[in-house]
Amino acid sequence: MKLAYAADKCSGCRACELVCALENFSALNPKKAALRVSGHFPVPGRYTLAFCDQCGTCAEVCPTNAINKDENGAWLINGEDCIGCGICALECPKDVMYLHDDNGSVPIKCTHCGKCMEYCPTGALFDADGAILPRR
Amino acid sequence: MISGYAGQTLRINLNNRQSSTSPTPESWKKEYLGGRGFVARAFWEEIKPGTLPLGPENKIFIAPGPYSGQFLSSSGKLHFGALSPATGGYGDSNMGGHMSLELKQAGIDLLIIEGMADTPVTIVIDNGAVSFRDASAYWESDTYVSERRLKEELGEEWQIAVIGPAAVHGVVYACIQHDFGRQAGRTGVGTVMGSKKVKAIAVRGSKDIPLANPRAALAAGEKFMDAVMKQPGYTHWQPYGTPEVVPWASGVGVMPTRNFQTGQIEGYNGLNGPTMKEKVTEIDKGCTSCAIPCGKWGPGVVNGKVKPQEGPEYESIALLGSNLGINDIQQVAYLNGVCDELGLDSISAGNVVAWAMECYEKGYVAAEELGRPMRFGDAEAAAWMFEEIAYGRGFGKLLGQGVKAAAAKVGRGSETFAMQIKGLEISGYEARYAPAMMLSYMTCDVGGHHNRSWAVTFDIATGRENFEGKAERVVWLQHVRPLYDTLGCCRFPWVEAGIEPSTYADFMEPITGVKWTWDELLTVSERIWNLTRMISVRHVPGFGRASDLPPARWTLEGHVDGPTAGKHFTPAQADELLDRYYALRGWDSNGIPRAEKLQELNLGFCVAK
Repeated sequence: MKLAYAADKCSGCRACELVCALENFSALNPKKAALRVSGHFPVPGRYTLAFCDQCGTCAEVCPTNAINKDENGAWLINGEDCIGCGICALECPKDVMYLHDDNGSVPIKCTHCGKCMEYCPTGALFDADGAILPRR
Repeated sequence: MISGYAGQTLRINLNNRQSSTSPTPESWKKEYLGGRGFVARAFWEEIKPGTLPLGPENKIFIAPGPYSGQFLSSSGKLHFGALSPATGGYGDSNMGGHMSLELKQAGIDLLIIEGMADTPVTIVIDNGAVSFRDASAYWESDTYVSERRLKEELGEEWQIAVIGPAAVHGVVYACIQHDFGRQAGRTGVGTVMGSKKVKAIAVRGSKDIPLANPRAALAAGEKFMDAVMKQPGYTHWQPYGTPEVVPWASGVGVMPTRNFQTGQIEGYNGLNGPTMKEKVTEIDKGCTSCAIPCGKWGPGVVNGKVKPQEGPEYESIALLGSNLGINDIQQVAYLNGVCDELGLDSISAGNVVAWAMECYEKGYVAAEELGRPMRFGDAEAAAWMFEEIAYGRGFGKLLGQGVKAAAAKVGRGSETFAMQIKGLEISGYEARYAPAMMLSYMTCDVGGHHNRSWAVTFDIATGRENFEGKAERVVWLQHVRPLYDTLGCCRFPWVEAGIEPSTYADFMEPITGVKWTWDELLTVSERIWNLTRMISVRHVPGFGRASDLPPARWTLEGHVDGPTAGKHFTPAQADELLDRYYALRGWDSNGIPRAEKLQELNLGFCVAK
């Protein structure tokens, strides 16, 4: 499973943000999602998506080795080992580690659950490995 | 505590630039649900008789509903209301986009803006904390420029509603624009915002919206998205959006053309969905969670001039296209972009300019008076006049007061073809030989507007000359359709894709924790319908049957051509439709809700003492 994005298909509906936070935090709160849709209007009139590609930079820079790879290839933060230094968020090349007051100083990071790909109605978010089929 | 709500009413007083909050009343959640219901209930409570629409005592009410911002396909709706400068009565308008979600995340179920600022301001609401920014530098700027500027000053994640030059200059049909193409378009809610010197409202929120059962709400949203996307109507509607209505509307003669002189436009395929997809649409632009985005983004073109814009959707195609005698979708898109930039309601603006074109062609108003010749089919002239209107220049200043006021001034019988009801310009259906649709327009609570009851397909299906069952259909639609504005979601999964509307009752339990039946929801909608009627009774002198009559053209003239050429109903038949409708509603012969009906709906507070 590998998250990929086709901007020309994105309608900016943010279903991906909503399902991400509902799945991972049981919260109706896109500010707790691990990805972000942005509109760029009126020029050039397109959306972009910031999302994690599991590059592992966060794990490399973590001073307490609190970020480790799971069996699905996702780098996950162990909240007990995290000291909230914020270096991972600072060094993240895609700026997709988010802070939210409800989560203390532990950043919110993509868990590679696949929910966003599953419920992207336009197929803009899709699985480059083809395990999850785009909706259209 | 009922879930699904953010929890607070936020009141902002512009006179002293103070704000306060109060908890959302539990009783309102049960009796009015949210959105349009909260707007109407607060309106009755707060706007006193004798208030002037553009005076300091008018207020703006803004409310998301319990379904707003949910993971539930097409749930981005936000409701706006105020005493209407177009009609003098109850005014409201509903807008898509992402602002309803943001308001709820900022903790707000109802926003009340009262008083008047002394200098132009932008209201900034950051997680519920209110501050004011000086908006003098961009007070006159167009909507695109103003929204872009605020996004750059505050950040891309802020959701912004903004007015354009039309509202600044007091055009009575100025809209509120959001997300570069979504509008609360009708009834002049933007004009009221302008009168209060509020250029923009910017919102950011990061709070959880409480859910009764988050896992069940997620599961319901997943199931619903699957259902919407599997509907037979989905593959048909999704790529094209509402322009798909064009060939049908023109084919059956209900597409307003050349100021409602007829119901068909030659070359209508130049305005249909596939042509738009080919010539205009670059990407889809969806509201919150929408699996069936009607928003299409792409450039409009007139004589080599290009304007980026969202749309046009069917209503704009009807009023800026066929009704102006234009059948080129790129030109319509351009005009739509002009209206959006200027902050004009494209429905009223197209209607008013069509009236001016007919006046010019009939010789009632000369080119010198208008500022230039205004012929049907001339997109350049229309674009020019929209600017004149928005900036209050020349003849445009009169047109900015609405078609009713303009016709009253010009006279010479031009009132006959001033296509308005209650002072609000009629939208995109030529309904003189479609009795349910005509009755829908006549009895719509805000004036000549289609969206409370889109009954025209029922007329075609059940016989256009036939009155049986028409009033019943209108009453049913007037309960079902505004219910979506009350819940905070969009009708299109039902109207376009074909989802059974009663499905929407099922989402209440996982979201709010309260089980509702469909009939119980419809009773709330009937309560709101009677309440908005009573608001207009309270504010419009002499409000009653006479307020519900159609424009003279509809009962005096037949179509000049097309499948229903020469056909129309008589004034007596229009009265018969009203008699049937009032009886079903429990209203008296003047169209005033009877005390028993109001008591039955728990609206005893509306009964005159």
